[in-house]
Amino acid sequence: MKKTTFLAAALLASTSLSASAETLRWARAGDSLTLDPHAQNEGPTHTLAHQVYEPLIIRDMTGAFQAALATDWAPKADDPNVWVFNLRQGVKYHDGADFTAEDVVFSINRAKSDNSDMKELLNSITEVRAVDDHTVEFVTDGPNPILPSNLTNLFMMDKGWAEANDAVTVQDVEGGEKTFATTNANGTGAYKLVSREPDVKTVMTLNEDYWGKDEFPLDVTEIVYTPIQNAATRVAALLSGEVDFIQDVPVQDLGRVDETDGLVVKTAPQNRTIFFGMNQGADDLANDNVDGKNPLADKRVRQAMNMAINRDAIKQVVMRGQSQPAGIIAPPFVNGWTAEMDEVSTDIDAAKALMEEAGYSDGFSIQLDCPNDRYVNDEAICQASVGMLAQIGITVNLDAKPKAQHFPLISGNETDFYMLGWGVPTYDSEYIFNFLVHTRGSDRGSWNSTGFSNAEVDQMIQSLASETDLDKRNATIQSIWDVVQEEQVYIPIHHQVLNWGMTENVGIEVSPEDDPKIKFFELD
Amino acid sequence: MLAYIIRRIFQSVLVLLMVGLVAFSMFRFVGDPVDNMLGQERTQADIERLRDQLGLDQPFVVQYWRFLEQAAQGNFGLSYRQGRPVAEILVERLPATLELAFVSGILALVGGISLGIFTAIRRRGLSANVIMTGSLIGVSLPTFLIGILLIYLFAVELGWLPSFGRGEVTRIGSWTTGFLTESGLKSLILPAITLGLYQMTLIMRLVRTEMLEVLRMDYIRFARARGIREKSINFRHALKNTLVPVITITGLQLGSIIAFAIITETVFQWPGVGLLFINAIQFVDIPVMAAYLMMISVMFVGINLIVDMLYFAIDPRLRVDRTAGGH
Repeated sequence: MKKTTFLAAALLASTSLSASAETLRWARAGDSLTLDPHAQNEGPTHTLAHQVYEPLIIRDMTGAFQAALATDWAPKADDPNVWVFNLRQGVKYHDGADFTAEDVVFSINRAKSDNSDMKELLNSITEVRAVDDHTVEFVTDGPNPILPSNLTNLFMMDKGWAEANDAVTVQDVEGGEKTFATTNANGTGAYKLVSREPDVKTVMTLNEDYWGKDEFPLDVTEIVYTPIQNAATRVAALLSGEVDFIQDVPVQDLGRVDETDGLVVKTAPQNRTIFFGMNQGADDLANDNVDGKNPLADKRVRQAMNMAINRDAIKQVVMRGQSQPAGIIAPPFVNGWTAEMDEVSTDIDAAKALMEEAGYSDGFSIQLDCPNDRYVNDEAICQASVGMLAQIGITVNLDAKPKAQHFPLISGNETDFYMLGWGVPTYDSEYIFNFLVHTRGSDRGSWNSTGFSNAEVDQMIQSLASETDLDKRNATIQSIWDVVQEEQVYIPIHHQVLNWGMTENVGIEVSPEDDPKIKFFELD
Repeated sequence: MLAYIIRRIFQSVLVLLMVGLVAFSMFRFVGDPVDNMLGQERTQADIERLRDQLGLDQPFVVQYWRFLEQAAQGNFGLSYRQGRPVAEILVERLPATLELAFVSGILALVGGISLGIFTAIRRRGLSANVIMTGSLIGVSLPTFLIGILLIYLFAVELGWLPSFGRGEVTRIGSWTTGFLTESGLKSLILPAITLGLYQMTLIMRLVRTEMLEVLRMDYIRFARARGIREKSINFRHALKNTLVPVITITGLQLGSIIAFAIITETVFQWPGVGLLFINAIQFVDIPVMAAYLMMISVMFVGINLIVDMLYFAIDPRLRVDRTAGGH
């Protein structure tokens, strides 16, 4: 017995020792899918890329712009269709090559190619040209005031490296061979890739020649990144001291982690809002019990449903306090969000009255499609909503499925009533309007499965892309929101809240994008 | 004999083809990979382009045929999720699963047989009854719960063993092994117990029942009457005769240990093929799912083929029947 206690003490001592070293052992649920920075537009993939590669502009841990490979940027004085970026001088890739304007031109064109997942963010760009070694001009098809916000996850590869290693094009999954860039990386970032086994472990070490040595803390000298899929195991790994920092702490374990000596949980609103969409455009619904007409086409029904949802109850019971009730489908830091629009209250009596006015005093039944592995407690939110809607006579049949089966229903227009979550990487309402409010077409409205279609609103949305007068643009944004809110196109539920768990010596605040950039981490 | 073997091989191939067909007919119900592969900014045109590129708009029979054509040339395609060749990923992941299966198989066999003998010989003893009752837990608790309990006890509370992963591994050619490092061995303990516990209790109960049966036989009584030592009776005469069914069961169970390590691998973040398969299902990574299912069915069909051939060799009646039928 004595021997085992001694062993345990020795082990404990060794774990706490390694924690005080400058290695950050980091775990989250998913791994990056590929090292090719343009092949996937997906959170964990970008997060890993941010350690090794850099874009022209980054968002710091609060979400604000910060100069990275570009030092400054502005629209050209005499031509509103051109953005001029001045590049940082003296930056070197990990293999020693210089970072120049040529690399920017190459990377943007690569990201615009057919197999790139990033091309939609760049579709306003018609040409990228290098003026000199450290100046680049982006030509757009009209004035594009928010171009910089589309570049914060657009990583710069070295042209020479890509050419030498046959990685000039983005991988075509069906086409054939894997490309070199899928499993190798050569960036300008603060960390160099040491080794990587997909889904197992990725090791990175500090880049001693990093240009930002004096700008960032760079306290972490080595990163060991391990995906741990199972939530209970992930928490156990933090509790047992095997990792120092985890993302995706399950809400039921927050208290447990926070109460443990030496561990803290940090929380911040995430850039993602959860809401329900309703098929209001169809003449009749496929999965309801009302023949010949569509109850959701009646604005009063949609408003009644909105009033019936008790967001505070969802917050307390389902989310254990970890959500921010929402009245609008834009997260709070997005341009166009107002506190007034985000306010919402539950009123069952008024909702019932509206139902009666609309001729549905006996209610109706409808199917709700819900994912069960995508958002925090997604299925439980839907279950809670079923009970709340029953109070105003709406019988909801819940159909919860894995995300791989849920999202095709939305893209295929095959659902009447569905849950969706939306993040806004550009921090601007236009992004929401383009995907969720504009009439569904080939370019815009690809996630709008509500059938909501308003020619006037579409016109306003299209005008946002090239409106350079920011006051006028914001006024248009406001009037679009007025229609969206008035018509009750969606039923907002809440803004998701992010939780990171870490040892006490890790000093970092939660970023709304859920993308820890390790160069900002402080250790003591 | 040769004709029999050829016939069995032919049947096995047929079984494999059927498994593949059923698998491909099911993939559409798993979901649509396109949404996972394209980002949230994808347009309708992107979706159609990719669907067309991947041949997802084709009937499943056509998709299956394309898979077979490619597979026949040794090409299992690229993983939709990782963009790397499926064969490369499987080869990388197999050692983890096989090592885990091997260790838990040994554990189940050694633990199961010794406990089985013990409980059979001391069947009225207190400890034997405690073990028998305890074995019910092994049979009835779900694997993930056992895994979580072990993690909680040995990793969180006691801090003796790691809660996830394989630890440091050593690379030998294309094989990676955790047997050569301390952290690798430590990492094996909890997952191996979790995976092997069910098989262990199964073998233990089997050995016990068989043993009790054999101990009642006349030749054991005569052996006792002859004054042979109890130890010798138990281990030399009785045990030998109980092992035949145990070996059959173990062989079959080994297949399922490899194939169904999925849950254990998920709980312990064990980087084997089971975890790979779970990820493939979530992402609708059809090439990986197809290759994994084919691999597992080749394994099962292979084991059965060997077992059949062993029967043929062992049991003369099979041979006699065939020849008689032939004339």
